[in-house]
Amino acid sequence: MATQTAPPPKPRSPFRWTRWLIYAILLASTAFYLLPVYLILLTSFKQYTDIDLYRMWQPPPLFNLPDCTNAFIFCFDSFYEAWFGSPAVIGMGQAFINSVITTVPSTVISTLLGSLNGYILSKWKFKYADVVFPLVLFGMFIPYQSILIPLTLTLRAMGLYASLAGLNFVHIVYSIPIAALIFRNYYATIPNEMVEAARIDGGNIFSIYRHIILPLSPPAIVVVLIWQFTNIWNDFIFAVTIAQNQNQPMTVALNNIAGSFTVQWNVQMAAAFLTALPTLLVYIVLGRYFLRGLLAGSLKG
Amino acid sequence: MTTTWEKNWEKIVGFLFILPSLIAISVFVYGFIGWTSWVSVSNWTRGAAPNYTYGGFDAYARLMGVGERYAAGIDARRFSSSLRNVIGFTLLFLVSCILIGFFLAALLDRHIVGEGFFRSLFLFPMAISFIVTGLAWRWLFTPGDPNLGTVGVNRIFENLGLGFIRPNWASDVVYHIPANSGLGELLNGVGLGWLASPSFGLSLGVITLTIAAMWQLSGYTMALYLAGLRGISDDLREAARVDGASEWQIYRYIIIPLLKPVTLSVVVILAHISLKIYDLVVAMGGVGQGFVKDVPAYNMWETTFEQARFSAGAAIGVILLILISLLIVPYLTISMRQQEER
Repeated sequence: MATQTAPPPKPRSPFRWTRWLIYAILLASTAFYLLPVYLILLTSFKQYTDIDLYRMWQPPPLFNLPDCTNAFIFCFDSFYEAWFGSPAVIGMGQAFINSVITTVPSTVISTLLGSLNGYILSKWKFKYADVVFPLVLFGMFIPYQSILIPLTLTLRAMGLYASLAGLNFVHIVYSIPIAALIFRNYYATIPNEMVEAARIDGGNIFSIYRHIILPLSPPAIVVVLIWQFTNIWNDFIFAVTIAQNQNQPMTVALNNIAGSFTVQWNVQMAAAFLTALPTLLVYIVLGRYFLRGLLAGSLKG
Repeated sequence: MTTTWEKNWEKIVGFLFILPSLIAISVFVYGFIGWTSWVSVSNWTRGAAPNYTYGGFDAYARLMGVGERYAAGIDARRFSSSLRNVIGFTLLFLVSCILIGFFLAALLDRHIVGEGFFRSLFLFPMAISFIVTGLAWRWLFTPGDPNLGTVGVNRIFENLGLGFIRPNWASDVVYHIPANSGLGELLNGVGLGWLASPSFGLSLGVITLTIAAMWQLSGYTMALYLAGLRGISDDLREAARVDGASEWQIYRYIIIPLLKPVTLSVVVILAHISLKIYDLVVAMGGVGQGFVKDVPAYNMWETTFEQARFSAGAAIGVILLILISLLIVPYLTISMRQQEER
């Protein structure tokens, strides 16, 4: 065939119809992935008087906002109500603080612990370490429904039930497997010869961690921090079981607002937007590492 | 050189460092699983005060509808409905995520302008809580009053000229193969008549859950496949092309077989998420009329923490754990063996 002697077709030739088809499909998919976000944004900038199921795809009125108390181009009344809540449910403002207190310490501590565990499991394998590791890993796959009853009883006995410290404790314990996995897989890529060489130079288990492993760790640390932050921020099952009233983090508060402001779904959507914002910002700013973290979660490292 | 004694000493120190984590896992995972299992066979049927005396497998009998007394009970009806839903949901969710994820990855692998943009865009739902996702999709699937106009996604179909697609997403109908249809009689003829019953049906509620979950995780599937595709060298495809293979044949005989490990990971990760799905059901309005959207994880939480029926809740938790273990234990065994071989 004549084309076989010709140079291979340029990958970026934009004039073939298949290229157009590919872009058409990608743009249609873009519309699908943006659809719920569009609805959330559209609705959260509407006022109560403008929300109507049969006009749900109409944009909110701009500039002309006679009944709106918090307006600047858009109406921010929904956000105001979502932020302060009602006598029946806590607002997203309080819930935001609860989420930060739940997420930040849990994330930092579980990352430190994961680094240490991963180091021991990859460079200081004790007898049966390869048997123990999959048994630890199993912990990240269990449905938490199978441990919730003993967990609530134990937390009550420890005086941690219905407290944010209790949530911190639970998140740290149940993230041991995933943090250990990511660090262990990452440290496995550091050649054992480096550790051996350091031992010959008189290094011990601590100095090797401090001077060799830790300086090489930042990529894995960032991955685990992001992974843990999104997972703990988005957790619902532990939060709804353990946190009570004033302690609720954003996911639970959002669910309560959805149950309480049943008709005012502009408030629901504003609360949903506020709940999603922190993890979305982390994703936008640190997306590259986020992707790496996701891939690390596939057990393949 | 370090002596054996020194090396052993350091190993002991290392073990001491990891010991608290190991103890935590053995108590909070394995100990608690044992504890829950005991609750499920105890006499702690109702109320907040634990009663740990042995009471037999009554909770399981109720859920499974064993014996005449329990066969028509509400517990059995609810549990079989929740099992049917979670299995249907898992299968639909897996198939749709794998097809869409692989398809999008294959498209993005073809030197697309703006690849980074599309990749981030398909992936961002992964960063969002199921509660947010569920709430947004719940409104997209609002039924509305057909006399007043179409709402949500049905309105979008209408504007796209697909107005004939306007299901009542909140309906409590469970679609299944009718027993008196041709297919139903055929199945009956080969001894599979039980497939043509509501026990193997699917409700629109389960479809709405699937679409919302697929929106959230198909981009993630795409990312895993894209990473896999990037690991396949261009030389291999080029060689196949020179040998006269069509693009379709290259995918069928080279790329898809090479991506098998990725598919295995995808299946395990997605299935363990979907089998324990809970928050999405909460955010999408609960179990629905006749439990058409119920799942075991939701069933367990409501039974335990709202109805205070602890042995029944514990039994559901144990069954859910067994269901997931059937998937996870072989997977962990295989991947650990592969790691040893390497």
